[in-house]
Amino acid sequence: MSLIGEIDFGTPRSKSETMVTLTIDGNQVTVPEGTSIMRAAMDAGHQIPKLCATDMVDAFGSCRLCVVEIEGRAGTPASCTTPVMSGLIVHTQSERLKKLRKGVMELYISDHPLDCLTCGANGDCELQDMAGAVGLRDVRYGYEGENHVFAKTPGKSNGEINAAWMPKDESNPYFTYDPSKCIVCSRCVRACEEVQGTFALTISGRGFDSRVSPGMSESFLGSECVSCGACVQACPTATLTEKSVIEIGQPEHSVVTTCAYCGVGCAFKAEMRGEEVVRMVPYKDGKANRGHSCVKGRFAWGYTNHKERILNPMIRERIEDPWREVSWDEAFSFAADRMRGIQKRYGRDAIGGITSSRCTNEETYLVQKLIRAGFGNNNVDTCARVCHSPTGYGLSTTFGTSAGTQDFDSVEDTDVVVVIGANPASAHPVFASRLKKRLRQGAKLIVIDPRRTEMVESPHVKALRLPLMPGTNVAVMTALAHVIVTEGLANEAFVRERCDWNEFEEWAAFVGQPNNSPEATAILTGVDPNDLRQAARVYATGGNGAIYYGLGVTEHSQGSTTVIAIANLAMATGNIGRPGVGVNPLRGQNNVQGSCDMGSFPHELPGYRHISGDAVRDQFEALWNVKLNPEPGLRIPNMFDAAVEGTFMGIYVQGEDILQSDPNTKHVVAALSAMECVIVHDLFLNETANYAHVFLPGSSFLEKDGTFTNAERRIQRVRKVMTPKNGLADWEVTIGLAKAMGFEMTYSHPSEIMDEIAALTPTFAGVSYAKLDELGSVQWPCNEKAPEGTPVMHIDGFVRGKGKFVVTEYVATDERTGPRYPLLLTTGRILSQYNVGAQTRRTENVVWHAEDRLEIHPHDAEQRGVRDGDWVRLKSRAGETTLRAEITDRVAPGVVYTTFHHPDTQANVITTDYSDWATNCPEYKVTAVQISPSNGPSDWQKAYDAQARHSRRIAPAEAAE
Amino acid sequence: MSPDRLIYMANQIGTFFRSQGHDKAVPGIADHIKKFWDPRMKRAIFAHLDAGGAGLEPNVLEALTSLKPTTSLPAAP
Repeated sequence: MSLIGEIDFGTPRSKSETMVTLTIDGNQVTVPEGTSIMRAAMDAGHQIPKLCATDMVDAFGSCRLCVVEIEGRAGTPASCTTPVMSGLIVHTQSERLKKLRKGVMELYISDHPLDCLTCGANGDCELQDMAGAVGLRDVRYGYEGENHVFAKTPGKSNGEINAAWMPKDESNPYFTYDPSKCIVCSRCVRACEEVQGTFALTISGRGFDSRVSPGMSESFLGSECVSCGACVQACPTATLTEKSVIEIGQPEHSVVTTCAYCGVGCAFKAEMRGEEVVRMVPYKDGKANRGHSCVKGRFAWGYTNHKERILNPMIRERIEDPWREVSWDEAFSFAADRMRGIQKRYGRDAIGGITSSRCTNEETYLVQKLIRAGFGNNNVDTCARVCHSPTGYGLSTTFGTSAGTQDFDSVEDTDVVVVIGANPASAHPVFASRLKKRLRQGAKLIVIDPRRTEMVESPHVKALRLPLMPGTNVAVMTALAHVIVTEGLANEAFVRERCDWNEFEEWAAFVGQPNNSPEATAILTGVDPNDLRQAARVYATGGNGAIYYGLGVTEHSQGSTTVIAIANLAMATGNIGRPGVGVNPLRGQNNVQGSCDMGSFPHELPGYRHISGDAVRDQFEALWNVKLNPEPGLRIPNMFDAAVEGTFMGIYVQGEDILQSDPNTKHVVAALSAMECVIVHDLFLNETANYAHVFLPGSSFLEKDGTFTNAERRIQRVRKVMTPKNGLADWEVTIGLAKAMGFEMTYSHPSEIMDEIAALTPTFAGVSYAKLDELGSVQWPCNEKAPEGTPVMHIDGFVRGKGKFVVTEYVATDERTGPRYPLLLTTGRILSQYNVGAQTRRTENVVWHAEDRLEIHPHDAEQRGVRDGDWVRLKSRAGETTLRAEITDRVAPGVVYTTFHHPDTQANVITTDYSDWATNCPEYKVTAVQISPSNGPSDWQKAYDAQARHSRRIAPAEAAE
Repeated sequence: MSPDRLIYMANQIGTFFRSQGHDKAVPGIADHIKKFWDPRMKRAIFAHLDAGGAGLEPNVLEALTSLKPTTSLPAAP
C-alpha cells in the first residue's frame, strides 16, 4: 500500500465534446475544446511548473510560473489561462522559460521561511517542489528586506516589531492558518468561493500588503468559515494545515473509503500512518462529492477513538444494576437465552430488532436475516421509519420504486431547483455546495420551508421563498398543481406517453377545483398566492426542474401524501427521466437508502419485495433454508405500543439511539422499561443503553469492510483501515449473536454477504466487490440490463409501467394550536452536528454548537418576556423541557424551531405520537407548544439525567485470584 | 394493542383514500392494512370490528369487513 496520488491537472476539465489537437513538446495531444494548455500538457504527462493553479478551481494566472512559449505568438503566456487551439505548437521548457521561472521562485522564496525540516508541510509542499523543479539554488535578494516572515525585523539585535508579520491563527479546532508561510496564490479564497460557495475568505490589501483574510480580518473561527476544509486542501504550502498533520506528521499510505455521516456519501482517502488516521481527504474521483467535503466528514472523526467508546461487551440482570464487563461469548449466550426465553413465554413474535442506517449494507442485511430467519418473524425496522419511510411509500406508489431518480451530477443540468422541507446547507453540505455552484451559474431556486434556512441565507443565493405554516405541505403542493393545471402549463405530451391518462384527468380535475387555488389555501398555508403562482410558473416552464426534499416533507401526518404530491408535480411537468430533473429525497444518514434496500422494513424483503409474495419468499427460503413468515411485522412505533401492551418484550438495536431520536420520549421510556431484554449494539452508551440489559460494543466505519448506499442509490465501498478496537466488526457481532441463538450464518468476509445479496436481489444482481473496485461505485439498478448501474431512472418508462397520478387531499393534522399551546414547534439540523450527536458531540465540532437553542420570533419573545439567551420552558401536550432561547426572525411569528442534537435538551419529550397515515413516520415537524421563561432544567430533565448517570455505571472488574 | 390507537390509524388511512371515492377507497384501505399491519394489530382491529366497530369511519368499516374473511392469521400465542 502507498499513498494514493491524485493527478492535479491544474485547471478543471472541459465538458466540450469538440476535440482539439495541438503539439506540446513534440507530442500530439487531443483534448476537449476549452481545455487549458496546462491541462493538455498534464494529459500528455508533462507537468508544467505551477503554484496558483489547481484543478479544483478556475485558472487565475497570478504566479507566472506556468509560462510557456507558443510558436508564432509573442511573449510567454501563462499555460493555465491560455486555452488550447488546433495546431498550436507549445514548448514548456526553454532557456528563456527556465530563467523566468527561476526568477519568480527566487522572489517567492525571498519572503518565505526556510524552516522546511520542521515545517508541518514537509514532504507535501508545492512551493518546495517547485523550488526543486525550477532548480532554485540561490536567493540573491537575501531575507533581510521587507518581509512577512519574521516577528521582529531581522539583523537588528533589539528587534523592531515587524508590522507586516502576523501570528498564527489557531482558532479553528482542526487547522491552522500561518500567514508567514502564505504566498498569496488565492487558491484558498477561490476554493471557498468556487467549491464551497461560502465566500468567507478574501485577499485584503494590495501588492505587498495582500493577505488572506477570513471575513473582515477576523479569526477563522470568528468568520463565516464553515470549516469544510476546501481551503486547506487547496493550499500549496503550510499556510493552511491540518492540526493532525502538524501533530503526527505526513501519512505514508491511504485507502479510499466512504464517509459515515450524511446521505451524500462523500468518498474520502483515509490517509494513514500505520493504523493511525492522519487525516481524511476528499477523493476527487468520488462521484457523489467530486473532491469536496464538509466539516463533519473531513474533520469530525475523532469520535472513533473517543475515551467514552465502549470496547468490551457488558451485561446486567436489571437496568438498575451497574454494567458488568464480560467476554463476547458470555454476552452472546446471555442475550440469546433471554431472547429465546421471551419467545417461549410470550410467543415467537414477541421479539424483534432494528437495523442501523449507519452500518453497512452487509451488516443491515444480516440483522434482517437474523430476525426473519433466526427469530422467525418480521419484526424488523430501521430508523428510516422515522425519516424517509413516506418516500418509500410515495415513490413506489407513483413511480414504482423507492428511491431518488437522479445522481448528484444531475444538478449541473438543472435550471430550476425546488427545495422543500430541506436545508442542504446544514444537513447535506456537499450537495449544497454543488447546488450553489449551479445557482451562481444562473439556475433559479425556490424554497418551500417555514424557516429562512441557512441555504437561503447563503451568499449569492437568491431564492423565491414560500414560507408556509408547518403542516400545510399538501395544501401548498396541491396549489402549485392547481396553477400548473389551470394555467395550461402541464406537459400533456409527456403525460400521455408516460402516465395513465385517466388517472391524470381525475387528478387534474381534483387539483383544478377552486378550493385548491393558492388564493383559497393561503389562509391555511400563510403563503402569498402571487409568490406561489410565480413559483409554479417558474418550475413548470423554466427548463429542467428538479425537486429536492427532506424530512420537512416526510415527518408529518401527511408525509406520504406530500411525497405523492411531489411525484405528481414532476410527472405533470415532464420533469422525470433525464439529467437535470427528477425527484430527489435528501437522505439523512449515510446508509439510510441502503438499509431500506436491504429489507429493513417489516413488510419487505431486500429489493422492496413484499413478504407476502410466495415466489419471492420461496427464493429466500431456499437459500436461507428456513420457512419465512408471510405476515408483515411490527414497525418501530407499533413495537413500542406492543411493548407497553406486553406482547413485545425483547429487541436487538444495532447502531440507533431510539430513545433520543424517536418521538414522545416518555412513551419510548415506558416501552423500553417494559421489555425484558434490550440489546444495544453501539459505539457508545447511548441514551437507549440506559434501558438495556446487554451492550455489544460496535466498530467504527474505519474498522470494517462493507458498502454504503447514498441518497443517489450509489453503492460505495467502506474499507477497513484499522483493526476493530472492540475486537469484532459489527457483522461479526451479529453472526455471533445469531449463532448463540442457534442460527448459523457463515461468512468469512463481507464480500460474501454482498454476493448473497446480489444473488437474491434483481436490482443488485450485477454488484460485487470486484466491480466496485473496478468502477469505484455503481448506482442500482445494476444488473444485466445496466451492468455499470443507472445514474438516472425512469428514462424510457416508469419502473411500474405507467406513472400513476394519485389525488392528494389536504387534511389538517390533529396536532392543533389552541389557547394553551398557541405556537408551532418545528425541528431541524445544524451543520456541525449530526443527528442525535452521538458522534459529533464527541469531537471538536462542539465549538460551533455546544447546545440546542430554541429559535423564536422577536414578536413572540416580547409577548412572553423572553430575552435572547434566556432559559425558557417549552411545553407540549406530550411533555416539557427547557432550553435557551435565540431570538431571530428566521422563523415566522407563531413558529418556533430547535435542533435535536443534544440529549440534555430532550426535544423529543415534546414531540407527539401523531404519525404519517401510511407509514407511521412520526410527525416531528409539527408540535403545538407554549413557551414561558424558566429558571433552568425541568424536573423531567433532572430525573432523566439522574437515571442516565445511574444507569451508565460500570462495575469495577473483580480482582484476579 | 389498544383499539383506540388502531381505530385512529385505520381512520387516518381512510381519510387519505376518501377523496378517491367510495369504490376505490374501500379496496385501497383494505389493501393498505393487509400489507402493512402485523398480525396482532389485525387481530385486534378485527376483534373490535366483531364488537361492532364503534368509531370506525364507514369506508374503513366496510374495508375491514371485506378484509377479515380473506385473512388467515396465526392464532395469538
